[in-house]
Amino acid sequence: MRQKQRERCQQVLRMVPELGHFSLILSFCLCVILGTLPLVGASTGNRLWIGLARPLTAGVFVFLTLSLLVLGYSFITDDFSVRFVAQHSNTLLPIQYKITAVWGGHEGSFLFWTWMLAGWMLAVSIFSKAMPDDFVARVLGIMGLIGAGYTLFMIATSNPFDRVLPLSPVDGADLNSALQDFGFIIHPPSLYMGYVGFSVVFAFAIAALLSGRLDSAWARWSRPWANTAWAILTIGIALGSWWAYYELGWGGWWAWDPVENPPMINWLLGTALIHSLAVTEKRGVFKSWTVLLAIMAFASSLLGTFITRSGLLTSVHAFASDPTRGVYILGFLGLVVGGSLLLFALRAPLMKSEFGFAAISREVFLLANNILLVVASAAILLGTLYPMVYQAVSGGELISVGPPFFNMIFVPLMAILVVFLAMGAISRWKKTSAQYLIQQLGIVAAASVGLGVLLPLVLTTEFSIGAAIATSLGLWIVFGIVQDIRIKIANKESTLAGLKSLAVSYIGMQIAHLGFATILLGASLTSIYSVEKSVLLQAGEQMDLGDYHFEFGGTEPVTGPNFIADRATFRVFEDGEFMREMYPEKRLYTQSGSPSTEMAIDAGFWRDLFITLGEPRESGAWSMTIYIKPFVRWVWLGAILMALGAVVAVLDKRYRRLKVRDLAKADAQPGGKQNDGLQPASN
Amino acid sequence: MKPHRRKKLTIILFIAAGLSVAVGLSLYALSSSIDLFFTPTQIAAGEATDGQRIRIGGMVKEGSVVRSEDSLDVEFIATDYTHDLVVRYDGILPDLFREGQGVVVEGAVTNGTFIASRVLAKHDENYMSVEVKAAMDAAEAARALPAGAANGS
Repeated sequence: MRQKQRERCQQVLRMVPELGHFSLILSFCLCVILGTLPLVGASTGNRLWIGLARPLTAGVFVFLTLSLLVLGYSFITDDFSVRFVAQHSNTLLPIQYKITAVWGGHEGSFLFWTWMLAGWMLAVSIFSKAMPDDFVARVLGIMGLIGAGYTLFMIATSNPFDRVLPLSPVDGADLNSALQDFGFIIHPPSLYMGYVGFSVVFAFAIAALLSGRLDSAWARWSRPWANTAWAILTIGIALGSWWAYYELGWGGWWAWDPVENPPMINWLLGTALIHSLAVTEKRGVFKSWTVLLAIMAFASSLLGTFITRSGLLTSVHAFASDPTRGVYILGFLGLVVGGSLLLFALRAPLMKSEFGFAAISREVFLLANNILLVVASAAILLGTLYPMVYQAVSGGELISVGPPFFNMIFVPLMAILVVFLAMGAISRWKKTSAQYLIQQLGIVAAASVGLGVLLPLVLTTEFSIGAAIATSLGLWIVFGIVQDIRIKIANKESTLAGLKSLAVSYIGMQIAHLGFATILLGASLTSIYSVEKSVLLQAGEQMDLGDYHFEFGGTEPVTGPNFIADRATFRVFEDGEFMREMYPEKRLYTQSGSPSTEMAIDAGFWRDLFITLGEPRESGAWSMTIYIKPFVRWVWLGAILMALGAVVAVLDKRYRRLKVRDLAKADAQPGGKQNDGLQPASN
Repeated sequence: MKPHRRKKLTIILFIAAGLSVAVGLSLYALSSSIDLFFTPTQIAAGEATDGQRIRIGGMVKEGSVVRSEDSLDVEFIATDYTHDLVVRYDGILPDLFREGQGVVVEGAVTNGTFIASRVLAKHDENYMSVEVKAAMDAAEAARALPAGAANGS
């Protein structure tokens, strides 16, 4: 009797993946309804249909969550009858990687991606109480359409719940060994979340076009979402860079890989967007440009999806190729971009704005910021797609575009951007006199260039022009920030009172700019001053690099849960004094038979020491590379500061304070919206 | 011309100037940093200029890897099963470099030997780069011989 019950129970449990599949289909259906009824309701004024938007959103979220949980359950219970589980897991895989293997391959990661979209939708439906219901219905309806596209894509081409029945494998193929790392647990979620977050801003822009409501209220509603998505994307990219740095073993933190580039393009467009939104909110200009940027940022995230998942480009990230997927995504991309641009063209008359600013004004500097960022992203896109285009045009000849191209374009553009940054931040809306700028920034320029040349001259043995330029530019931003704050608090009774009077969003902006300066300094100085040396050492042999001395103590075998490894011991001396021991490893994952190198890193604020093992020779000697990388931490530290700045800006009271009717009032009197706290001193 | 029109024109000119500088810069940069891709057969036919930075792709021939005992030098043969190409590399090979697997190498031809500056790794041992696949397909089409390892997985 009990035996029978247990068997029946097991039979039911075997059906669980079907439950996931079923809720995936159900969420597709809900997305379709969400993408139609509330949108129609909003344009016809049908309150009932408008009211459906929030409950439907909750439904989509619930069923996609269920799908995701089922897939996770299949991984945890080692259900290898599910093809995706069989391909990406293994009974010996540690539990944290079993769970995260959900995003370890194309199908599961796309489900995860779509779930993120549903999460953002839910967030919009919750944190939108201050907005009119018809506007929210439109936003959620558009996101529902996007969700319908994503879920249909999964059901049609990449179902994570596909079964291998009746002959299911006894054990799985194991998760790619390079992915079995902490970075894999945190990098994809944050990157996806940031990426998908831009679809919120896109939906806001399309909803504004549909409703004809392209005013500063729309910009104000969009800004917190744009900032949040941008902050998360910043962190996601930085985590990817950090992970590549310590896992891939070549000491690099950015390679201009074809699949690193799309998030970068998206990030640059997102950066342009958050600045352009500021102008639209504050001054009511750049409306059409802001809408266009929102469309471009979203389109670039789809393009990134296409590049990663179509298998058209060679890359460390590429998923196994399947042409039908590429065609589907390209079709979806065409539909989204074509549809949005058509709507954009139809609504163009709405977006007329007064041209009320002079040739030197904050608006113009922000325009320059936008042009530079868009040009930089266009150049990266060109370099990324060029091999594909070249192959098509030349009849199959293969080429690759390497880092020199990207550096040659990106570095000068960013240098110009930095020059404008401090000028834009210190100048006023509408009109700033050249004389004022020179007066305020003259000393900043003198100090940053002076120190920028002096510091590398004094602190290093070999003078580098690049380091002098980079240091000058970094200091230009930092001193610019100090000067701007000084001007802002000059009239206050005390410095403390002055600092307290600064608007929260202003503080956020300056933190983010400080982060940008930090990245700039870190990226350039580590590129210029890093040293590395590859050698073959026997146990007991030693080598010198920079101020450091390394003694190789040989290797010993160690065993992990699903790998065996050789662990080397190094004694490291700094300026002749013992500092610490370091233990790089060479692992062999037993199930897949794939080797993996575990770096040993001594991280520091000023420099990283980095040892990577190569392979043993018959004589017992090991090949290895030792790196000293000054300032490399600043790259990620800067990213954290930028993200922090964006989040701080979101906390500004004005995003919560104003209800719909107040905004309508503010719009009615154009003079009123200038005094809302961002720039108390400059208005 | 009305003042606001003039302003608009100034801004459009500003954008146009910026764009043309960027386009010029991009094209210049592209022309100097494209790496052409060759197969061992093309190298054997002398299609690549000596000293020009290129990429080659093929399979690492079984039993061809020779490591020096007193330096980092490695020598191996990249093959598309029609022609062999000797590759010399002074550095540490990536984790997923193995005999019988596909490889993409950056470097230049010198006197018939390929001096590598970088050996590229792939994340996934089952994944074959489009370059290697193209090289294999080309060689296979040329010889109509079964190339067992050509499918990678």
